Amino acid sequence: MNKRYLYLILISFLVAGIISLFASSAPDGLEKVAEDKGFIVQALEYPFRTLMPDYLIPEVDNEYLAAVFAGIMGIVIVFLFVYFISRAIVIRR
Amino acid sequence: MHIPDGFLNPGTSTSLIGVALGVGVYAISKIKQKFFAKQKKQVLVTPEGMEMGGRTVTKLTKYGREKIFKMASAGAFIFAAQMFNFPVAHGTSGHLLGGVLAAVLLGPLAGMLVISIILIAQSLFFADGGLIALGANIFNMGIVGAIGGYYLYQFLKKYIKKILPAAFVAAWVSVVIASAVASLELAISGTISLGTVLPAMTKIHALIGIGEGIITVLVLWGLKFREKADE
Repeated sequence: MNKRYLYLILISFLVAGIISLFASSAPDGLEKVAEDKGFIVQALEYPFRTLMPDYLIPEVDNEYLAAVFAGIMGIVIVFLFVYFISRAIVIRR
Repeated sequence: MHIPDGFLNPGTSTSLIGVALGVGVYAISKIKQKFFAKQKKQVLVTPEGMEMGGRTVTKLTKYGREKIFKMASAGAFIFAAQMFNFPVAHGTSGHLLGGVLAAVLLGPLAGMLVISIILIAQSLFFADGGLIALGANIFNMGIVGAIGGYYLYQFLKKYIKKILPAAFVAAWVSVVIASAVASLELAISGTISLGTVLPAMTKIHALIGIGEGIITVLVLWGLKFREKADE
C-alpha cells in the first residue's frame, strides 16, 4: 500500500463532497459547440435507465446530497471496477 | 468531451469500438506480464538436486499488487476530478480528462485501461457519454489522450528536462488533439462539416486544456512524483 495513493483516495472523496458543490453547471466544451452549431438535436436519449443519471441519485430529494452520494458511489464503483478487473485479468490463466 | 449516442454514424462508432477493443486487449496482455511471476514449487528435491513432482504456480508479484492499488486509486481520483466542471469562457465549462495524468502515473497502457474503465462506468451508471459512442470516447480520451499524451510527454521531457512543465504541455496538447480527433469523427459521420466544428472545438479546448494542465501538475506535485519509483 502506497501511502501517497491513500491520500489520493481521500482527496477524491473530498472533491466529491465539497468541490462538486462549486462545479459549474454550464455545458462542457463539446455540448457548447453542439448547441452553437445546432447538432445537439441529434443526441439520442441513453438507451436504458441508469442508476444515477446526471450524477444525481434520483431517489434523494435534496440536490446537494443527491450529488454527493452519487459522487461517492461513483468513486467506490470505479475503485472496485479497476481493482477487481485488473486482478481478474491477471489471475486468469 | 463525452460524446453521446447519435452524434456519430454507426460505421464510425462501431469501427472505433473495434479499435478500442483491440488496443484494450493488447494493453491487458502487455501489463499482465509484469504482474505475474511464475514460481516453481518443488515437492521433492533429492540431495543431488534432482526435482520430482515440481509444478509452477503463477503468483501476483509485489509490483503487481502495488500497481493494481495505484491504478484503482488513480482511477477513483480521476473519476472524482471529472465531476468537477470548472468554468471557462462564455457559458462553457470543462473538466479534467486525465489521460496524461493517468499515463504519467501508471504508464501508457495501464493509464489507457484505467481511463477506459472510468468511461465505461460513467456511461453505464451515470449516462454520461453514449453506449455505442463508448468506443469513440475510449479512442479520444484513452488512446489519444493517455497513450498519445504519454509519448508526447516523454518526447517533451527530453527537451524540457523537467517533469512538471513537460506534463503541463503534454496535458494541454492532449486535450486539444483529443478535441480535434472528436471533431474529425463528427465530420466523418456527416454530423457537421469539419470546417465548422474543428475551429470551434479546438478553441474551447485550448482553454479547457489549461485547466487540465494545472490539475495534472498539481496532482503530480502533490504525489511528489518521481520517475524512478513509478514505471
